Amino acid sequence: MDALLRTVDVNKYFGGLAAVSAFNIDVQAGEIVGLIGPNGAGKTTSFNLITGVYMPTSGRIQFEGKDIAGMKPHAITRLGMARTFQNIRLFKEMSVLDNILVAEHMRMGTNLFEATLRLPSYMKKERRVHERARALLDEVGLSAHEQASATSLPYGKQRRLEIARALATEPKLLFLDEPAAGMNPQESVELMDFILKIRDQFKLTIVLIEHHMQVVMGVCKRMYVLDYGVTIAQGTPEEIQKNPAVIEAYLGVG
Amino acid sequence: MNPGLINKKPSMSRNQILTFAAACAGLALLFVFDSTLDSFTLQIFKLCAINIILALSLNLINGFTGLFSLGHAGFMAVGAYTCAILTMSPEQKEVNYVLQPIVPWLAHIQLPFLPGLLIGGLFAGFIGWLLGVISLRLRDDYLAIATLGFSEIIRVLLTNAQTVTNGALGLKGLPRFTTMWWAWGSAIVITVFLVFLIKSSYGRAFKSIRDNEIAAESMGVDVFGMKVLSFTISSFLAGIAGGLLAHYLTTIDPKQFIFLKTFDILLIVVLGGVGSITGSVIAAIAVTISMEALRFLDGPLDLGFVATSGIPGLRMVFFSALLMVVVIYRQQGLMGKAEFSWDALARIGLLPRRGPKPGKGGL
Ligand SMILES: Nc1ncnc2c1ncn2[C@@H]1O[C@H](COP(=O)(O)OP(=O)(O)O)[C@@H](O)[C@H]1O
Ligand SMILES: [Mg+2]
Repeated sequence: MDALLRTVDVNKYFGGLAAVSAFNIDVQAGEIVGLIGPNGAGKTTSFNLITGVYMPTSGRIQFEGKDIAGMKPHAITRLGMARTFQNIRLFKEMSVLDNILVAEHMRMGTNLFEATLRLPSYMKKERRVHERARALLDEVGLSAHEQASATSLPYGKQRRLEIARALATEPKLLFLDEPAAGMNPQESVELMDFILKIRDQFKLTIVLIEHHMQVVMGVCKRMYVLDYGVTIAQGTPEEIQKNPAVIEAYLGVG
Repeated sequence: MNPGLINKKPSMSRNQILTFAAACAGLALLFVFDSTLDSFTLQIFKLCAINIILALSLNLINGFTGLFSLGHAGFMAVGAYTCAILTMSPEQKEVNYVLQPIVPWLAHIQLPFLPGLLIGGLFAGFIGWLLGVISLRLRDDYLAIATLGFSEIIRVLLTNAQTVTNGALGLKGLPRFTTMWWAWGSAIVITVFLVFLIKSSYGRAFKSIRDNEIAAESMGVDVFGMKVLSFTISSFLAGIAGGLLAHYLTTIDPKQFIFLKTFDILLIVVLGGVGSITGSVIAAIAVTISMEALRFLDGPLDLGFVATSGIPGLRMVFFSALLMVVVIYRQQGLMGKAEFSWDALARIGLLPRRGPKPGKGGL
């Protein structure tokens, strides 16, 4: 079967710094793939390259066989990719519900005319997206906070809101950038259960960045290890754990 | 202004009744003002409405979309001149264009006020769209400079296109089309339009760009397209306000549309609250009235210990000082990003609270 996502020799330079070099990954539909590596390894940059925030210096990125390198982020999102951010990026002056509704805009299929005249056709769409948004909030356990401002939520709930917001774009492929950052081990375990749950429920494929290797071992069947922008290893968690290059570069010797 | 008004439900809710009553009271008030106020007071009252439109249109781009634009005087000028030239009679044009006659294709056009006003707005909107497509690709801080430059270019063009705009002489003796009903009618229609726009999915998209551009883009919002849209609507509305202003003043010349005009509107937006429609409306009325009330500051003053023989512009010193105080001590202005609603009025105790039913935000 053809890969859902494939990158071919993707490079990204920031001035003289090779943030990502010769990046080659394949993601099959239904997988949960891990992307791990120490700080500054180029994990977030590779997400930014795939989702269109950065333009690759060279290389190809294919989603469902279509070349997407150079496309605008919103157009890539429309194809069926969504993401969360390492440093949470919520719409801070907007309510929890409105944060989700923003992500519904793209697939709402409305126009300025019917929206500002509040025509019945628009009000119907508006009701539909409200229902969907509320269902998603229910899913992530944030229903009670619907009208609260997004940044008034505690940290863990903000992370969940970001995931719910990404789901509202109806993605096939979901990128999660360090979703467990700042969580204690107990919360991390809950989060991983949650990720497995949404994968099944929304028929998702997931690429997950994690700083702590233990966290991803449980959910990812396959992972890539980056160090200084270079992919130093890939394979199953067992293979990764035994890989001497990983042990040296990532876990640190001694 | 409460959207609940158009939901057809068997029985009206308290808020709908209140909105309906307020609308009737407002209408009655306009009638009373129109028939009882002396013409000087009525002029100020009309200016309030025009300033409401200007403040709201600037707030759309600066407050709701999070872009810092300083080109409003330019868009007003485009609307004002377009509307004025299209509605003047051929005789008036002959009288006005003394240095050089007006270009032949404009000499015999004479449209009624409404089409003139709309074409003025559309032309300003078109120029806004063009400027937006070019400059909204720039980083945000450059936009302020680009729009500021644009508004100066418009002024220079107006001063030099003698055969179209009559240059520095300006246009005099325009018909006084802007009655109280035109001014307030436009202000009310535009306010309702903006309330609906901001409450719609488009309004949410605008605000998402303001709050976090990268996240907005990643959530499928066409950030560039939305910025251009917001900028175009804002320019269109500024053009409409310009047309109303031209036929309110009955005299226009390029000097009226210097950068200070943009500053006046910015003052209203900041005082009222960047990102609040309610704030802009209240501040537009308050600032317009106090600008008149404080006119004595520009004349001879005798404070007992010091007497002046009149310092023109002292009023603006007052407003500038007020602006500084607000920026330092209450950056969110009068309203912050809050909006008027009956439920909010009830919350602060100005209306009796309702029963146990929680005031859940509707659509
Ligand atoms: N926009 C940028 N400009 C310059 N350097 C950047 C930029 N983004 C990331 N980098 C650099 O690229 C490298 C990889 O960063 P990043 O992808 O954030 O690492 P990780 O997510 O693995 O911790 C770092 O050295 C970082 O400083
Ligand atoms: Mg990172």
